[in-house]
Amino acid sequence: MSETLLELKDLSVRYTTDGIISRAVNHVNLKLNKGEVLGLVGETGAGKTTTALSLLSLLPKYTSEVEGEILFQGKDLLKLDEKEIRKIRGRHISMIFQDPMTSLNPVFRIGEQIADVIRIHNEGIHPQEVSDRVDSILSMVGIPTSRKREFPHQFSGGMKQRVMIAIAIACNPDLLIADEPTTALDVTIQAQVIKMMRNLQRELHSSVILITHDLGIVANFCDKVAIMYAGEIIEYGTLEEIFDKSRPHHPYTKGLFGSIPNINEKTDRLHPIFGLTPHPSELPSGCKFHPRCPQCMEVCKEGNVPVYYEGDYKCQCWLLAGKEAAV
Amino acid sequence: MSETPLLELVHLKKYFDNPAGLLHAVDDITLKLYRGRTLGVVGESGCGKSTLGRTVLKLIESTDGQIFFKGEDITFKKKREMLPYRRQMQIIFQDPFSSLDPKMTVSQIIEEPLKIHKVYAEKYDRENRVKELMDLVGLDDRYVNTYPHELDGGRRQRIGVARALALNPEFIVCDEPVSALDVSIQAQILNLMMDLKDQLGLTYIFITHDLSVVKHISNDILVLYLGKMAEMAPSDRLFENPLHPYTKALLTAIPVPDASYKGKEAEVMKGEVTSPINPKPGCRFAARCPFVKEECRTVSPEFREVEPDHFVACHIVQ
Repeated sequence: MSETLLELKDLSVRYTTDGIISRAVNHVNLKLNKGEVLGLVGETGAGKTTTALSLLSLLPKYTSEVEGEILFQGKDLLKLDEKEIRKIRGRHISMIFQDPMTSLNPVFRIGEQIADVIRIHNEGIHPQEVSDRVDSILSMVGIPTSRKREFPHQFSGGMKQRVMIAIAIACNPDLLIADEPTTALDVTIQAQVIKMMRNLQRELHSSVILITHDLGIVANFCDKVAIMYAGEIIEYGTLEEIFDKSRPHHPYTKGLFGSIPNINEKTDRLHPIFGLTPHPSELPSGCKFHPRCPQCMEVCKEGNVPVYYEGDYKCQCWLLAGKEAAV
Repeated sequence: MSETPLLELVHLKKYFDNPAGLLHAVDDITLKLYRGRTLGVVGESGCGKSTLGRTVLKLIESTDGQIFFKGEDITFKKKREMLPYRRQMQIIFQDPFSSLDPKMTVSQIIEEPLKIHKVYAEKYDRENRVKELMDLVGLDDRYVNTYPHELDGGRRQRIGVARALALNPEFIVCDEPVSALDVSIQAQILNLMMDLKDQLGLTYIFITHDLSVVKHISNDILVLYLGKMAEMAPSDRLFENPLHPYTKALLTAIPVPDASYKGKEAEVMKGEVTSPINPKPGCRFAARCPFVKEECRTVSPEFREVEPDHFVACHIVQ
């Protein structure tokens, strides 16, 4: 079996603002092996980005509380102080942010922004080597090296996203977190970026957590899929397991698939999920999905929901309960 | 077909004067839209789809060409003369967050068009109509006096739909009405729009960059590239038999939510959209086209009917 790179154990994140407690992430358990691509899927407010930010200790300090364990290469990241975290952030774990238009510094040349990361994580490195590495990274992400002296505003959206990716992979990280990397891009450009990321991932053998709401991108890129709803991972499995329509699934997963018009099939009506995602400050009791669930039963309304396991596959739903040992 | 089209565009053009030159946002659009049909307009950012929607409604003045609504030329109608037409043509905007006045309550927003067009003499009738509209788009009564910021994106977009429907229009331009919404909410709004279309006999121009959405909702699809018409065909045919290289590239670029597509190397189109400012002669797509010929760089391809109802502008299509 392959090596575990990252393990989240019972991770919870709470935000407190004006005395209101928002439970953004609730008891998340997740494992990621070396070289694996995990798709973290969910809608706005599902806790995807919060989970990612907690890995990098980038959550707002005074308003958030993190519980549980984040084991990265065996070390608990939550126990590290800021100085130690900084050695990991950008070097071992790095992130591609959602919006390339606002995540780059507008007053620095892009070559300089990439060089910055390399210098910080390689003390005493020779300037010539920095410059060589910037060139090689730029060519990896498909930006002509002649453009390294240009500023972000001189780049198009797709090219800016490549710069973001270049910064993220500058130190050859073990784990790359990509938060909706292509949402702001046009389809043809999106296809270019996804293809490039897939090739880079194969070359560098890094693990990737891809945060997205687009199941199409997941199908193209991921090995494992975790579906998040209201701060919980409600279903997890291999790509084939999650996308296999003949298997039983969590009703929310079914709802997500029913909501997207499939380009290969002619459907007269979509089958959306009724209602709205609950606000993390007012989560319902029992199964968080029960008020919207078309198959809601009496047991779903209160108490903990059993998790159904099958190898690495798991699904948190009463419908699958009793099929195997419940927890 | 002898029926008069509800909307007819003849060589419609909209150029913007820009310090760098003339920006060809909408360049020579000719089409007919019949009652009860939905025309999907697709393309990437900057291809002129929103400008087209606004020019059709005369929210911005066209540079050249003509717009016929129900057979009448409305191209040069003045603001006051447009008023009776405004009742029949409406728009739903892309962003439900910025297209609603934050200082107005839900009922005031929906009521506004009724007031402007003096549809009802009595306040009571107007209030009833607002309730009726809210009911129609699935907004609960209790939201009458709430403000847009208190509502989520899906409900806000329902307000936008209700406002557009207030005057019983026949024709609605939908400018990316679902792209700012989450998938499950997106599906709710799409279903609502299709139901309303059947119920009220509406005609839509549906502008979007999402091809799976457009296939789902449209009868015909128009593909735009840098302001030019690249291809137009009935929805099914466009997906089964795309002819223009750009349409083909667009279709292969969509990630399909199916595990069997994993790792399949779809052909990825190189390059990016070029600038629409002072475009060079020849086909606008020439710089990215994998099948480009010498002719493409010099002569603009003609938009012609290659099989019944299937139009394409490309030199390489026979």
